[in-house]
Amino acid sequence: MNLVTTQVTVMDLIVIAPALVLTGCALVILLLSAFVPTGRRGFLGYCAVAGVVAAMASLLWGNDGAQSGFNGMVQRDPFALFFTVIIGIITLLTILASLGYARREGIDFGEYYVLILFASVGMMLMAAGGNFLIIFLGLEVMSIAIYVLAGIMRDDARSVEAAFKYFLLGAFASAFFLYGIALIYASTGTFDLTGINRVFTEQSSIRILPIVITGLALLIVGFGFKIALVPFHMWTPDVYEGAPTTITAFMATGVKAAAFAAFVRVFWHALPQLQPYWVEIMWVLAVATMTVGNIIALVQTNIKRMLAYSSIAHAGYILVAFVAGNQLGAASILFYLLAYCFMNIGAFTVVILLGKKGEERTLISDYAGVGSRHPLLAAAMAIFMFSLAGVPPTAGFMAKLYVFSTAIQAGYYWLAVIGVLNSAVAAYYYLRVLIYVYFREQEGESPITQFAPAAVLVVVISAWGVLHLGVLPSAFFAMAQRSIQFLR
Amino acid sequence: MIDWVWLIPLFPAAGFLVNGLFGRWMNFDKRVVAWTACSALGLSFVFSVLVFFSLLQLAPEARAAVPDRVLFDWIVSGDFRAVVGYKVDPLSIIMALVVSGVSFFIHIYSVGYMHDDPGFTRYFAFLNLFVFMMLTLVLANNFLLMFVGWEGVGLCSYLLIGFWFDRDAPANAGKKAFVVNRIGDFGFLVGIFLIFAHLGTVEFTGVFAKASTLDTTTVTIITLMLFLGAAGKSAQIPLYVWLPDAMEGPTPVSSLIHAATMVTSGVYMIARCHVLYTMAPITMATVAIVGAATAIFAASMGLLQFDIKRVLAYSTISQLGYMFLAVGVGAFSAGIFHLMTHAFFKGLLFLGAGSVMHAMSGELDMRNMGGIWKRIPITFWTFVIATLAIAGIPGLAGFFSKDEILWQTYNSGHRYLWLVGAAAAGMTAFYMFRLLFVTFLGKCRASDEVKKHIHESPAIMTIPLIVLAVLSVIGGYVGIPHVLGGRNFFDEFLAPVLGGPPLGSGGHTAFSLVRPAFAAGGLAEEHGFNMEIMLMAVSVAIAVIGIGIAFYLYLWKTEVPKRLGERLKGLYRLVFNKYYVDELYEACFVTSTKRLGTFLWREFDDGVIDRSVNLVARLMLGIAGVLRRIQSGRVQGYALGIILGAVIIILFLIR
Repeated sequence: MNLVTTQVTVMDLIVIAPALVLTGCALVILLLSAFVPTGRRGFLGYCAVAGVVAAMASLLWGNDGAQSGFNGMVQRDPFALFFTVIIGIITLLTILASLGYARREGIDFGEYYVLILFASVGMMLMAAGGNFLIIFLGLEVMSIAIYVLAGIMRDDARSVEAAFKYFLLGAFASAFFLYGIALIYASTGTFDLTGINRVFTEQSSIRILPIVITGLALLIVGFGFKIALVPFHMWTPDVYEGAPTTITAFMATGVKAAAFAAFVRVFWHALPQLQPYWVEIMWVLAVATMTVGNIIALVQTNIKRMLAYSSIAHAGYILVAFVAGNQLGAASILFYLLAYCFMNIGAFTVVILLGKKGEERTLISDYAGVGSRHPLLAAAMAIFMFSLAGVPPTAGFMAKLYVFSTAIQAGYYWLAVIGVLNSAVAAYYYLRVLIYVYFREQEGESPITQFAPAAVLVVVISAWGVLHLGVLPSAFFAMAQRSIQFLR
Repeated sequence: MIDWVWLIPLFPAAGFLVNGLFGRWMNFDKRVVAWTACSALGLSFVFSVLVFFSLLQLAPEARAAVPDRVLFDWIVSGDFRAVVGYKVDPLSIIMALVVSGVSFFIHIYSVGYMHDDPGFTRYFAFLNLFVFMMLTLVLANNFLLMFVGWEGVGLCSYLLIGFWFDRDAPANAGKKAFVVNRIGDFGFLVGIFLIFAHLGTVEFTGVFAKASTLDTTTVTIITLMLFLGAAGKSAQIPLYVWLPDAMEGPTPVSSLIHAATMVTSGVYMIARCHVLYTMAPITMATVAIVGAATAIFAASMGLLQFDIKRVLAYSTISQLGYMFLAVGVGAFSAGIFHLMTHAFFKGLLFLGAGSVMHAMSGELDMRNMGGIWKRIPITFWTFVIATLAIAGIPGLAGFFSKDEILWQTYNSGHRYLWLVGAAAAGMTAFYMFRLLFVTFLGKCRASDEVKKHIHESPAIMTIPLIVLAVLSVIGGYVGIPHVLGGRNFFDEFLAPVLGGPPLGSGGHTAFSLVRPAFAAGGLAEEHGFNMEIMLMAVSVAIAVIGIGIAFYLYLWKTEVPKRLGERLKGLYRLVFNKYYVDELYEACFVTSTKRLGTFLWREFDDGVIDRSVNLVARLMLGIAGVLRRIQSGRVQGYALGIILGAVIIILFLIR
C-alpha cells in the first residue's frame, strides 16, 4: 500500500467535505470570538449552526455510490453517509439546545462551540474511516474535545471532576485500543480494513494466533469503553452527571453513534472471519450491559444519572442486534441509533429547559407538578420517556422491535427474551419520571418563567422525530438497510 | 366527478373537527354550530347526488367497474396492503345517498329538537362524526377501512345513546350497546382475518375476484363470521337486545342511527359480500331463518309495549329481520330496496315520535296520550303516512319493498319463511295502528298541566317530517315490480353489482330444483306473475286484518284489551316482558362472566400476578442496592474494572 501521495484529488475533498467545512467553520468562530463582545456571544452559536447546515449541504456534492478518498483511508459509502447525517443532526440539536443554556451557565465562549464542532469532525472521521489510523485519529479528536467540554464549567467541582475522570480513564482505554490496533497490525501487516479482511481471508491459519485474539479482545475493550459497555461503563454516571447537560446529551448520542459506527465497520468489515470468537463475548456483554444498566437505573434519584444508566442499557440493546450479525441486524443498529438520538436529546433538552443556573433541579423529585405548570413540555417529556421505555407508537418501540426480531431471526431466542425482560424492568424508572411529572404535587416555588426558543425547537424536532419514526418507520429502515449493504 | 367521491365523507369530518375542536373552546354560537353541521351534511348530500348522476351516465356494465378511488396507502407491511380508498358503484352510491340525505334532514330536525340542550355543540359534533364514519363504512373499498367505519359508527352510537351520561339509564344503555356489539365485531374481525389468510388481500375487488378459489367449508365459516358481525350491528337474534335500550338516546339519534342508517349496515355488508354468500348455501339459509325469526319475534314483542319509542325499536328490529330474510334468500337488491324505504318511513316515525314528545312535555307512555291529533296536525298526518307505509298499504313505499321481499322468499322456495314473513307483516300492521290510535286518537288521557302545553313543533322540525313523508310515499316508485307494469329501476340499477334479480321470474337457479314446473319457460312466467299478484293480495289482506283488529281493540271496544290481557295473563306477561330474554342473558352470561372476572381479579391477578410482580420488583431493587455500591466514585476502582474486564475477555477468547 502506498501511503505517500502528494496530490489531493477532487474526490479526496468530496470525501472529507463535511469534516472540512466544520473545521473551517470552527476556525472562523475561534477567530471571531476574539472580537465579539461578551453580551453578544449568541452570534457565535448561530455561526456554528450555519456551519453544521453547510456541512450537511456539502454532502450533496458527489453522488450516492460508494466512494473513497486518500487511497481508501476515508470512505464515503452509504454507511458513512448515514452516520454523517446522524452526527450532523446530533450536533445541530446540541448546538441549538446550547444557545440558551450556555448563556445561563456562563459557558458561552467561542471555544464551547468550536470544541463541539471539532468533536463532531472526529465523530465523522470515525464513522468514515477505512483505516485504523483514521479511526484512531477520529477517536482522539473527538475524545479530547469532549474531555475539555465535560470540564468547561471551571468553577463547578463536579464538572471538573467529570472531565478529569473521563480524561484519565479515556486515556487508559485509548491505550488498550491502540495496543489492539498494533497487535492486529503486527499479525496482518496493514492498517487498512479491507486489507486486513483480505489477509484473514487468504491466510486462514493466522486467525487463531493468540496475538490476533488478544488484539481482538483489546479492540473490544477500547470500543466498549466509548460505548459504555459493562464492565467498562463505570465512568459514565459520574461523567454524565457532572458534565454540562448539553454535553451529556452530546456524549450519550454522538459519541455512542460514532463509536458504534467504527465498531460495526471494524468488526463486520475487517474482522468478520473472527466472528466465531467475538460473538459469544458480545452475547455476554450485551446481557451484562442491559441488565446492569437497567437495574442500577432503578434506584437513581438524579435524572442525569438515571439517563446515564439508561444509555448504558440502550447500548446493550444495540449490542443484541450486533450479536445477531445478519443484514437485518446491522440495519436495526442504524435505525436504533437514529431513534435513540432523537429521544435522548429530547429528554436531555427537557432537563435543560427545566433546570436553573448552577445545575439545580436535576433530581427526579424536582419534576413534581411539571405536568400542570408546563403541560406541553410535560407531554414532550412523556413522549421521550415512553419512547425510551419502548412503548408504541414511538421510535423507541420500533427500534426495539427491529432489534429483538433480528435476534429471533438469527436464533438468539434467549437474548431476545432477556432483552424484553429488561425492557420491562426499564419501564419502571422511565415511568417514575412521569409519575412525578403528572401525579405529584409540586412543593415550593415555581421558578421557571421563560424558555429559550431554540431549545424549545429542539424539543419539538425531537418529539416529531420520535413520533415520525414510530409511526412511519419503513422508509428510514429501508434507508438503513441500503446503507449497510455496502459494508459487506 | 366520480373522482371527487372522497369529498362526500370529508365534509362531515370537517364539520366534526370544527365543532368538536373549536366549538366549546371558542364558545360558538348555537347558530354557528348548527350551520356548520348542517351545511357539511348538505354539501355531502349534494356531492352524493353529483356522483350518482355521473355514475348514471355510464353504461350499466361500466357502473360496477369504476376503478377504486385510492387516496393513499394506509398500512403496508410485507404482503399486507390496506389503502384508504373509496369504491363507487351503484350499491355504494345508493347507500351514500340514503345516508347523507336522511342525515341531512335529521340534522335540520335536530336543530329544533336539541335547541335547549346544554350539550348542543357536542351533539352536533358527534352526529357529524357519525355520518363521516357511516359514509366511510359504505364507501370503503376494502374490508379494513369498512371496519374502521363499522367501529366508528359503533363508537358514535355509544356516545349518542349515552349522550345524557349524567343519568344512569342512558349511560348503561350505551354500555350495553357497546358490549353486545363487541361480540358481533369479534365475528366480523375473524371473518376479515380469514379472508386475508386465505386470499391474501382485503380489497373487495380482489377478494371477490379470487373468491372462487375458496372451498365451501372455508367460505361458510367466513360468511357466518361476517354474519355474526352483521347480527350485532343490525340487532338480529341473538344480539338484538341492545337496540330497545338504545332508545335512551335523543330521539333524532334513534331515528338516524338506530333506525335509518347504522343498524342497516349489516344488510349492506352482506349485500356487498354477496359473492361470498351465494357460495355458501348453509350461511344463506341461516341468514334467512334468523331474519325471518327476528322479524316475527320482534314484531310480537312490539305488540304490547306502551313506550312509543320501544314499539318503534321492536318494529325496527323486525323490519331489519325482513331485510336479512331478503338477502338470505338471495334477493339482495330487494333487501337494499327495503333498507332504503325503511330509512324513509322509520326515520319519519321516530322524528314524529320526537315531535309528539316535544308536544307532550317529554312524555313517552302512550297510555298518557290520546286525542291529540288536532293539536299537532302535521305530526299526525305525516305519522299516518309513515304508518301506512310500514304496514304495507299499496301505493306507499313500504308496500313495494316488503312485497318484493315476500315474493322473492316465496319464489325461492322458502314457503314457510314466507308464511312467517306474512304473519309478521300482519303483526306490524297491528302494532303500528295500535300505536297510531292510542297515541293520537280517542280521548286525551294526559294531565291538565301537560294538556295546556300541547303544541305543534316549529317549522324546522316539521319540514323534515314533510320531506320524509313525501319520500315515504314516492320512494317506492323506483322499484315498481314488473308484474304491476313497472320496470323496477332499482333492481336494474343494482344489477351490475348484485347480479340482477337472482331467483326471479325465470327460476333458472339452483332453486329451480324446488319448483321444476316454473323452470319450463313461458307458461311458468305467466304462472309466476299470477302467483305474485295473488301473494300481494294476501299480504295486503293480512295487513288490513291487522289494522282492523287494532281498530276494533283500541278505538271501538277499548275495554276489550284489558279483559283479554287478564284472561291470557301468562302469555300477556311473557310477551310484555319481552320473553324474559334480557333476564335470561343476565343470568346466563352477565352474572357468570362477572363472577369469573371477580375470581380472576381477586385470586389470580391480586394473588398470583401482583404478588409475583411485587416480589420481582423488590428483588430487583435489592440487587440494584448492592450493585450501586460498586459505583464508588473512585477512578482507581473504575480502572480496575476495565482491566478485569479486559483480562476476562482475553482469557475467555484464548482458552
